[in-house]
Amino acid sequence: MTATATVGVLALQGDFQEHCVALRGLGASVVEVRKAEELDAIDALIIPGGESTSMAKLMDAYGMRAPLQAFPRGGRPLWGTCAGLILMASRLEEDRPEPLGLMDATVRRNGFGRQIDSFETELAITGIPGDPVHAVFIRAPVIVETGPGVETLAALADDTPVVVRQGNLLASAFHPELTGDARMHRYFLEMLPVGVVP
Amino acid sequence: MSTNGTDNGKETSTFLVKAGLAQMLKGGVIMDVVTDEQAKIAEDAGACSVMALERVPADIRADGGVARMSDPAMIEAIMRAVTIPVMAKVRIGHFIEAKILEAIGIDYIDESEVLTPADEEHHVWKHDFKVPFVCGCRDLGEALRRIGEGAAMIRTKGEAGTGDVVEAVRHMRTVMKQIRRVQLMGDDELTAYAKEIGASLDLLRETKRLGRLPVVNFAAGGVATPADAALMMHLGADGVFVGSGIFKSGDPSERGKAIVKAVTHYDDPEAIAEASKGLGEPMVGISARSLAPGQELATRGW
Repeated sequence: MTATATVGVLALQGDFQEHCVALRGLGASVVEVRKAEELDAIDALIIPGGESTSMAKLMDAYGMRAPLQAFPRGGRPLWGTCAGLILMASRLEEDRPEPLGLMDATVRRNGFGRQIDSFETELAITGIPGDPVHAVFIRAPVIVETGPGVETLAALADDTPVVVRQGNLLASAFHPELTGDARMHRYFLEMLPVGVVP
Repeated sequence: MSTNGTDNGKETSTFLVKAGLAQMLKGGVIMDVVTDEQAKIAEDAGACSVMALERVPADIRADGGVARMSDPAMIEAIMRAVTIPVMAKVRIGHFIEAKILEAIGIDYIDESEVLTPADEEHHVWKHDFKVPFVCGCRDLGEALRRIGEGAAMIRTKGEAGTGDVVEAVRHMRTVMKQIRRVQLMGDDELTAYAKEIGASLDLLRETKRLGRLPVVNFAAGGVATPADAALMMHLGADGVFVGSGIFKSGDPSERGKAIVKAVTHYDDPEAIAEASKGLGEPMVGISARSLAPGQELATRGW
């Protein structure tokens, strides 16, 4: 007995369309999410790259904070990329925005520097077979510290974690949605509970 | 790109990284600010980026004279005040102003017709910079010429400092109409069309393949209300610049928040209606049609 899953992409601001394209390419049923009630109809959610302060303002303006915090409690997969990672964190080194407090990690915004320090590199990621993943970091956050329940799936040469997982929560500091390689998206879909197919 | 740096397996300043920042700004509002205090108000209103400048376009229009790059100290104060990316403007063709902005670590450079052009024949060769550029356009040919020079983001020119959205609408509709035409063209027609609009054939073919510009395309020039912003999103903009429209209005904070909401919920008239209520006075506009010849900024750029 299987049920067909619908994957939501938070569409308040940022590059949500690129996530939608990647997911649709894998045959998933995808919806853009702009309101709290739209969270009820989805089985998994991506918080995309963008500006975390803009997204947090819109989240609060439309009463989405508590529903987003409740979203992964029943086991539904949640993945944040870049700004999404910032919003999922338990602790930020900066005073803004107020994060959702889901992933047991401390995060520093723009931790690699300004735009001129943005970069591309190759990454080996646990759970992603084959060639390294080409990773694009844009004004990316740095994961400074993780709690005991958080597993590091990929790190830079200097051991800075850049992909982390805590149960049904996944977070990446870079943008798998920008490179046309859908292996991270496939990995995320495989986090859906057994019996639910994308 | 010629300025790529490689360090410890990291490649910086690639075109993907430059165009990628614009991808992150999509669905957002970039606001003109003239002080660090305004920059904080903009960030707090939900701006995804701010454009740091000494005078908003409406004041540049009113004051006349030569409009130049802003004081780097003032731009740095704004960079320190906010955590969102900061953009600043250089005069068309003024590659030294651009080098100065790159030296202070600005996140995006707008080679802008709002300032007085420094070169009436050439734009900055933008591939030579580590910092990404955004440039204005009125049509597809102009957009692709700027991308060919290295622009990693495009915006309509509109008619800045008027509060009249008509020119931004004209420019966005023109670009979209031309892209739709290109999608129906065969290879032989594309060659002729590339010549006609003064665009590179390669970029024109890429535009046809994608069914859109090869980089992010924002609306700019005359956006003053939440409804204006939502209109531009419906016409195909990836996001919106608001210049004079916010800080020349009665209540910049509330207007800023409302325009941010209208861009996210552009397809939800009830949400736009709710966001539009009780915003106080909009900026006092000037009809773009009433401008005397020579007063239009959009005709600057080649």
